[in-house]
Amino acid sequence: MWYLCVFYHRLLEYRKPEFESLAGLFGAFAGSTTGSLEWRLPEDQHPDSPFHFVNIPSEEIARNIASRSILVKGIYELWGEGQSFEELEEAIKSYSDEQKLPYLTPDSTFKITVESFGKVISFHEQNIRLQKLAFIPFKGRVNLKNPDHKFFLMDNDDYGSENGLPPIVERRIFFGREIGAADRKILQTYQLKSRKYLGPTAMDAEMAFLMANQAQVRTGKLVYDPFVGTGSILIAAAHFGAMTMGADIDIRVVRDGRGPDCNVWSNFKQYELPMPLSLLRADNNLPPWRSGLKEVFDAIICDPPYGVRAGGRKSGGRKLLKGVVAPYTVPDDKRTGHIPSTAPYSLVECVHDLLDLAARMLVPGGRLVYFYPVLRDNESVDPNFPEHPCFELIASCEQILSYRYSRVLLTMIKIAPYTEDIAEAARIRHLEFKENHLKWLEDGNLHSAVFEPAEIQINGSGDAKFGTKPKYRGKYV
Amino acid sequence: MRLLTHNMLSSNIKGVTNGFPLLIEVEKVVEKQVDFNEDFLRNMFAKIEWKALVKASRTMGYTELPENSEASMLNSDEFLRKFHHALLELHLEEGALVCPETGRKFPVNKGIPNMLLHEDEV
Repeated sequence: MWYLCVFYHRLLEYRKPEFESLAGLFGAFAGSTTGSLEWRLPEDQHPDSPFHFVNIPSEEIARNIASRSILVKGIYELWGEGQSFEELEEAIKSYSDEQKLPYLTPDSTFKITVESFGKVISFHEQNIRLQKLAFIPFKGRVNLKNPDHKFFLMDNDDYGSENGLPPIVERRIFFGREIGAADRKILQTYQLKSRKYLGPTAMDAEMAFLMANQAQVRTGKLVYDPFVGTGSILIAAAHFGAMTMGADIDIRVVRDGRGPDCNVWSNFKQYELPMPLSLLRADNNLPPWRSGLKEVFDAIICDPPYGVRAGGRKSGGRKLLKGVVAPYTVPDDKRTGHIPSTAPYSLVECVHDLLDLAARMLVPGGRLVYFYPVLRDNESVDPNFPEHPCFELIASCEQILSYRYSRVLLTMIKIAPYTEDIAEAARIRHLEFKENHLKWLEDGNLHSAVFEPAEIQINGSGDAKFGTKPKYRGKYV
Repeated sequence: MRLLTHNMLSSNIKGVTNGFPLLIEVEKVVEKQVDFNEDFLRNMFAKIEWKALVKASRTMGYTELPENSEASMLNSDEFLRKFHHALLELHLEEGALVCPETGRKFPVNKGIPNMLLHEDEV
């Protein structure tokens, strides 16, 4: 059945992938957890418009998607649409009574919300618009607090101003019955500013929930984050009922935090979430998993260190890998309590290790969801994302972070088993990374590319500026 | 550290061929409640090295697990409860994991195993 889906005007590239991941989670693809839905753009709408039509097998699935989603403002059964109120009235009148009458009965309560995308409309104007719906035979009583049925009158217009919103060809008005809506209150509950224990790269709550949705996290699933830090991603996974496990190479972050009441455990306690099953200090470059262990995690969700805000570290000793000193042997009397030095971990190697880990440790059909940084030298984002024979990339969603770089949320599904050959190839590559440590570090250095001073254009009047700001901001929202 | 984690870890010191299962040195064990989820247990059962779990749970002072196990036992609620308790609720707060081959100790403090290798073990 076709429904009207209205998105929040945020993170535009994340909207449909989130919707489809949730559709898979709630059984829209008959047995499969992946697939794509049919989408249609209403007339006269820009592709970035919040209004979309989508074909979903049942109302129940639509309701489930909406209530779990972060970016869906609402899903509606469309009763009519048009360029003008006259067209809208005609459309609503010709919509089948069988669909309408059950929601207009005298014993029910209802509420009509009047909204205009990108514009605040006065109470007076809302009333004028409501009056135009008088032809609909509402028999029930109005209840603004807790109605049985919620109706929405929404429109999208060009207000003739450069308001940074997607350009509009013609006004479009929609009227429909709400099937389900997102609960964005959880974002307030989990917002970082009220969280006790934070690190410099703690994942923003909205993004952490989006990642958990992309990974189809649900009750009883086991989710692993190899770069757990302060646990911000696992918190979202635990909110959706998953069992969680996390590892980090920095023991101070996972074990000590900032004291007994300010650490990863206390973050979970703060939200009354079940504690992670396991937190450990381990190196993603030399993971301590026993041989023969495979296919245990349902999802791996992480934000790998890409050397812009924080750099990755791996075992091995920085001087040793640089070739400055000979291999160091820890004296026997100093072994207890010895703090091994670590070496920088290049992004390429980090991603290679992550894919290898995921290929081995994810269950068939399991999902790997992680951020990958991209320099924005060119207009278009580099489409050469990491590949692996065990994985299919199903979504890549860009989030622009600065003038210089973006991060792209990649969602990959494990489609093939981890074979001996793949394991052997990964082992050889691991050794190659180790031998050419310095070369890989220099090749993959994002930090200098991101922080190098910009070439400042000087215009006629001598003012410095960074190019002109585009009228429509697109993915910047 | 839960025994689920213990069951997944091994000593990955360079040259060690038989790093599993790690021996457990117990200083302090606490019990932490975890919501019972039957599906999770069924999924995990096939991934677990049973003998290592039995041995580890005994070291931690829990002797209720049967020596051997088979999938048919998953039909017993009593078995599932015991499996759940051993796998997820016994928590090594302080102690160490010991490499069975070299005797190297991986300390466990505040419930966090420190599996990082020294420079000469990589």
